[in-house]
Amino acid sequence: MSLGPHASFIVAAYIVTVVVVIGLIAWILRDYAAQRRILGDLEQRGIKRRSQTPRGDEA
Amino acid sequence: MAIIDLANPTRFLALTNRVLPWLAALTVIVFAYALYRVAYAPDDYQQGATVKIMFLHVPAAWLAMMGWGLMTVAAFGTLVWRHPLADVTAKAAAPIGAAFTFICLVTGSLWGRPMWGTYWVWDARLTSVLVLFLLYLGMLALYWTADDPNRSARAAAILALVGAINIPIIKFSVDWWNTLHQPASVLRMGGSAIDASILVPLLVMALAFTLLFLLLLLLAMRNEILRRRVRSMRMMQAASI
Repeated sequence: MSLGPHASFIVAAYIVTVVVVIGLIAWILRDYAAQRRILGDLEQRGIKRRSQTPRGDEA
Repeated sequence: MAIIDLANPTRFLALTNRVLPWLAALTVIVFAYALYRVAYAPDDYQQGATVKIMFLHVPAAWLAMMGWGLMTVAAFGTLVWRHPLADVTAKAAAPIGAAFTFICLVTGSLWGRPMWGTYWVWDARLTSVLVLFLLYLGMLALYWTADDPNRSARAAAILALVGAINIPIIKFSVDWWNTLHQPASVLRMGGSAIDASILVPLLVMALAFTLLFLLLLLLAMRNEILRRRVRSMRMMQAASI
């Protein structure tokens, strides 16, 4: 597969796209891990959401 | 399970956790096939191999607009029905839409330099997409600086509805004004102007990008639901002191 005289532009476009997509995936996965960790800490301390208490109904 | 049941974040999370592994696998498979098709797609008779940038630029542009369209629908959900997941959807879609708009702008610029002789011109299509990117950044600033998600939801919904005016401007800018950007060649009256040997890889890549967008959206929505649970629990903790 030859990319011709403008190969650097084509390669740069694919590199930018891969970096942005991988960055987005990493950011979302790190955020998930952080939220799970904080939730775990709060649950370990016996704190419940309003929906888990008898009178509340919030999700 | 009825659609209305998904309005419950707990049920939504349960469904999402079941769907995510399958969606991730499907996204990887479709991306692998799309890249294979792109690698073996012929060069354009005028643009040569630079047409390969189109396989990134066009799907990213579609998803940039789709992301804002999704936020517009979610805005109605927030303002009219006060759907519990509407603002979660909008907040999750904003950074993903911004990322795809950024990809669209950068790949367009890298495609423009060898084809037009310039990275950027202030023509209607390019400028309206830049405005979309700035609107996404504004939306992110609004969400990331607000303490109370209930208050930011209403402002974000109004911004989404106002920003939606830009979507038809982007789409029809190449018809309404003289622009350096080429007119629509895929989604247009009278059918696509692109040969099947290039159109099919483009559509497969667009499907792969759409699956990736959906996957990232579900992951980000899951994060946002967890973040709101953390906030709710911290408020319960503060109230009990």
